[in-house]
Amino acid sequence: MAADNHHPHDHDHGSELSEMQLRVRALETILTEKGYVDPAALDQIVENVETKIGPHIGARIVARAWLDPEFKRRLLKDATKVANTMAGFDPVAAHLIAVENTPKTHHLVVCTLCSCYPSSVLGLPPVWYKSAPYRSRAVIDPKGVLAEFGVRLPPDTEIRIWDSTAETRFLVVPMRPAGTEGWSEEALAKLVTRDSMIGTGLAKSPGEVER
Amino acid sequence: MTNSVHDMGGMHGFGPVEPEPNEPVFHAPWEGRVLAMQRAMGATRLWTIDGGRASLENLPPLAYLASSYYERWFLGLERRVVAHGLVGEDEIAAGRVLRPGVRLNRKLTAEDAKKARSASFERPAPGPARFKNGELVRTVNINPTTHTRLPRYARGKVGTVEAVRGCHVFPDSAAIGAGDNPQWLYTVVFSARELWGEEADPAVSVSIDAFEPYLTPG
Repeated sequence: MAADNHHPHDHDHGSELSEMQLRVRALETILTEKGYVDPAALDQIVENVETKIGPHIGARIVARAWLDPEFKRRLLKDATKVANTMAGFDPVAAHLIAVENTPKTHHLVVCTLCSCYPSSVLGLPPVWYKSAPYRSRAVIDPKGVLAEFGVRLPPDTEIRIWDSTAETRFLVVPMRPAGTEGWSEEALAKLVTRDSMIGTGLAKSPGEVER
Repeated sequence: MTNSVHDMGGMHGFGPVEPEPNEPVFHAPWEGRVLAMQRAMGATRLWTIDGGRASLENLPPLAYLASSYYERWFLGLERRVVAHGLVGEDEIAAGRVLRPGVRLNRKLTAEDAKKARSASFERPAPGPARFKNGELVRTVNINPTTHTRLPRYARGKVGTVEAVRGCHVFPDSAAIGAGDNPQWLYTVVFSARELWGEEADPAVSVSIDAFEPYLTPG
């Protein structure tokens, strides 16, 4: 879909990109000269999103939930409170809700109206999450979407889609892979992918990572 | 503009989802500047998050679809600073400042930006919640020309209240400058068959988070 494609190999975007660079620079200059923004503050914001937030935060939360049943109980009861003790930089200002995948139910998160995403624990959303194909199809063809991510669930699995229509945000707690008994929180966190916390993936199996 | 192309749930024809391996945070430096300008201008509190969303939804549908995510944010931001009288159309066209800025009450500093953000949209409840867990509800059939967070696919549908999420700023009011007008928020779950018809997969259900004005007793 042209709307959200931003792949570097789209050669016909070359001139458009430089036009965008110019227009964005012009607006930044205007806002700066009028005294509305401070370029140093803009630098800091970019640094924050590039270095301080990311799926490593969510992965630690999930790994701890796998290890500690009491932590998991508290996470599923009040994820905002629990995540705020672990989120590090950005507090979970929005209402965070954790939902747990089980052999019976698989959860999948989308924002059909825009791009709502639990950024404080997952970082900025990937382009596909904000794209028309995902936003249009997750609610009507979730199995087709999951298949495109290589996820095939047992046919009797119930699928639950969470459309983020308010300032509530959703974090999927994927199932803990078999063969990880005795693993540390740090080792387990390496199995927790960003997509597994959106619901478009499963946690990695032990064979897929170096311990 | 509510019934526009941003409300994509259930549309056909956009093709497959294309995940990008090892995707960078930004695909070009200007994307980061747009995000940063958006947040810095948001910190002036001249508009709300809902007003910001509305300005994206009000882009002409063809422009919305033809633009990448950060291009849309940029176009929305340009429109917003013009609509609020902060920048002139002539200045946007000229690409430079033609007159001094207006005085703002707040300006985000680099020190502010080092601190964590904390914006909450929960508000004290003006009264008790109308619905409770397990209750059947029907969503209203509304088609406002202004902002709403009730997607088209979930209008006039019967679902079940699964959770009461507290009382929050009502986007439909905040987006048009009518204040917070706090409303109770509920997770309401629908069967895929209720939303998409008898052919839909019986194992699939979809929830939205619905503000109380979107709901009537089922």
